[in-house]
Amino acid sequence: MSFIALILSLALAPLLLSIINRSKAVIAGRRGAPLLQPYFNLTRLLQKGVVYSDVSSGLVQLSPVVNLAVLCCCVVLVPLGPIPAILHFSGDFILLAYLMGMGRFITMLGALDTGSSFEGMGASREAFFAALAEPAFFLTMAGLARITGAQSLNDILQTINSEHWLHATPSLLLIAVAFFLVFLAENARIPIDDPTTHLELTMIHEVMILDHSGPDLAMIEYGVALKIWLLAAIFAALFVPPGTNVLWLPLFLLLMVAIGMLVAMVESSMARLRLIRVPQLLISAGVFAGLALFLEFVQ
Amino acid sequence: MISQAAVIHNNEPIPLKKIPRLDVTDFQQALSAGLDTGLAITALPVVGDDILMVLRHDQQGRLHLLRTAKFNTWPSLAVRFPQMAPLERELAEECGINLKDHPHPVPLRYLPRNGQEHDSGYIGSHRFLRARGEEMHEVAVGPVHAGIIEPGHFRFLCHGETLFHLEISLGYQHRGIEKALGNSRPDKRLIMLMETVAGDTSIGHTMACCQALEGLTHCQLSPRAMDIRAIALELERVANHVGDLGAMAMDVGYAPTASFCGRLRGAFLNITAMLCGNRYGRGVVIPGGVAHDLDAELIQKMMTLVSRHFDDVTEAANLLWDNPSVLARMEETGVVTKKHARKLGLLGPAARASGLEIDARTDFQTGAYRRHQLPISVWFTGDVYGRAFVRWLEIQRSVTYILARLKELPPGNTQQPVTELPAEQLAISLVEGWRGTICHVVVTGKKGELKTYKVVDPSVHNWPGLALAVRGEGIMDFPICNKSFNLSYCGHDL
Repeated sequence: MSFIALILSLALAPLLLSIINRSKAVIAGRRGAPLLQPYFNLTRLLQKGVVYSDVSSGLVQLSPVVNLAVLCCCVVLVPLGPIPAILHFSGDFILLAYLMGMGRFITMLGALDTGSSFEGMGASREAFFAALAEPAFFLTMAGLARITGAQSLNDILQTINSEHWLHATPSLLLIAVAFFLVFLAENARIPIDDPTTHLELTMIHEVMILDHSGPDLAMIEYGVALKIWLLAAIFAALFVPPGTNVLWLPLFLLLMVAIGMLVAMVESSMARLRLIRVPQLLISAGVFAGLALFLEFVQ
Repeated sequence: MISQAAVIHNNEPIPLKKIPRLDVTDFQQALSAGLDTGLAITALPVVGDDILMVLRHDQQGRLHLLRTAKFNTWPSLAVRFPQMAPLERELAEECGINLKDHPHPVPLRYLPRNGQEHDSGYIGSHRFLRARGEEMHEVAVGPVHAGIIEPGHFRFLCHGETLFHLEISLGYQHRGIEKALGNSRPDKRLIMLMETVAGDTSIGHTMACCQALEGLTHCQLSPRAMDIRAIALELERVANHVGDLGAMAMDVGYAPTASFCGRLRGAFLNITAMLCGNRYGRGVVIPGGVAHDLDAELIQKMMTLVSRHFDDVTEAANLLWDNPSVLARMEETGVVTKKHARKLGLLGPAARASGLEIDARTDFQTGAYRRHQLPISVWFTGDVYGRAFVRWLEIQRSVTYILARLKELPPGNTQQPVTELPAEQLAISLVEGWRGTICHVVVTGKKGELKTYKVVDPSVHNWPGLALAVRGEGIMDFPICNKSFNLSYCGHDL
């Protein structure tokens, strides 16, 4: 069963990005790209050749591979709604966070390796914001662990139920908000980053991958899709009924679509923040999660 | 005021010999005195063996002219009057004089000489300003950009995320328009060239050219032709301003206004196409009038479309002003104070957003604007928001103006014959294009040929404004500042 979930995750991940893009287009009064566009893009990129800069070392070639590898490892750790994760043990969310951290680290190294001032700037921004998003992520996880009494990501997400929501409403709401902000930051969405912009000077994530092409770029793009899928799966699991009843899977997938639409709505209803305001947003995410944890301890 | 100067109106011809010729020292003193009393430098062209200065007196609507014989060394006035800086660089480049004490004496366009590269190398090969220290880094952007825009090279001196200084290096779009027009007779080619000085300002530049020719030949346009020209010019303004609002929304990542305005810009371009068959207004303005007349049915159709699209623009623009996150990006970003705007001689919406009440449609009225005035749209903040909001004010007023002109279009013909150009005369034509005041200086030779043709796009004056606006901002805010000016590369490079 878990392996079906693995295949489902790997296959459906790009679709979530597509749902966001499509919803954004519809809200803006456009028709938007076909839902399968991300798949077309990936096939197109896979058929292309690769260009490497003369001044780069092997790091720039290594980074997309390592990044995709660690993200694939992450898929194993995250339950897909009612379907449990293949691998789970107590404290596995720490592994998850640092696997993602490793992906980011290698992407940053790859960016710095190209020697471009743009990419150096992007890497510096990414490092700064990631450092602020990380504590917020851990605080949300700690809060959830405290509320549910479970210790692995899988157990936390599969135990959380309406009872918890009833008894710990404020904490869970705070955690949900904090997690959503972390979700936006980790996936480089508005208001933190703008995945659709063409302006290198304003980019964070996109600017780090400017020098990648062909299959390398495909790996990066696919990694982006996997990451947003995984974090959305964690977020959605907070709201589905507990247990391992597979019948809840459609509801869970529907919830994933809803999250995609929510992201699209956020992106369509506001502009990007000024770069100097981003830390404030991420710190407030941390504060929300910390507050939730505090509430749970004093109860 | 300059006591010695010849004073003329917009489009008023003046015999060359009536312009007083001073020696360099007196010339510079007169220039300084003029700039000190609030006049603004408009052009500093080379006319034959002379250097001509054209100063604008905006309040009086007069142009002050003086000339001096070419000389070897020009003590730079740029430190005292920053607005002189680009024009001095241009002068030095065009007639090879030496600039003394200029803060940054590099060529403005790197004009090729006799088909060869410029003496000082290729564009941007000069020594850029440098800064050293911990966390200082340089970012070079362009000439090839990620967006579909013109080529230009930008060099940013940054301290972490803070932008210390921006140096702009242009010239990639140089086509030699002025040279092509020197020593020629006005023919069909002239209008074609004018329409391509800056592709997004076809109507503005063509109008400036035609008005100069009409001024020189004392050709009186019919009211109908004047109004159709004004309609075309305002349509160009509305289309570009709408596009700019959309582009600014795009740069801050606000999708709805970006999408709507992108479409609506096209809608207004299509209305221009109804007027003359070309979306960018090519072929509408010709010497002596306009090439296309409007019939009652077309007028009705245009009025309906303009009103309908304007309602959509209102909705899209109000989304911007009502959204706190958009305002947070625009307000207090890229501020140019009124004092700095005046010192730099900024023009157009960029100047008006800083509180300068200058607008050639009011200050140097010609054609339809003489009979039907337009209020000047001013704002006081000088930031990106100000430049966006002035555009919105101008869109509203231009639409009202277009509708009124269409409704009350006077009868009559649309073309008047233009006679041969008189010999040894000079005329200066100012037109308020959507970017600012366009200036064309036309000088005729002994046989009534075009001896000198000088084009000054407002971008020449406004590029330094952009460099000033982004100082101290985050480098991430450069694109939105840049878009709020939206200057022309080809209009600058000619």
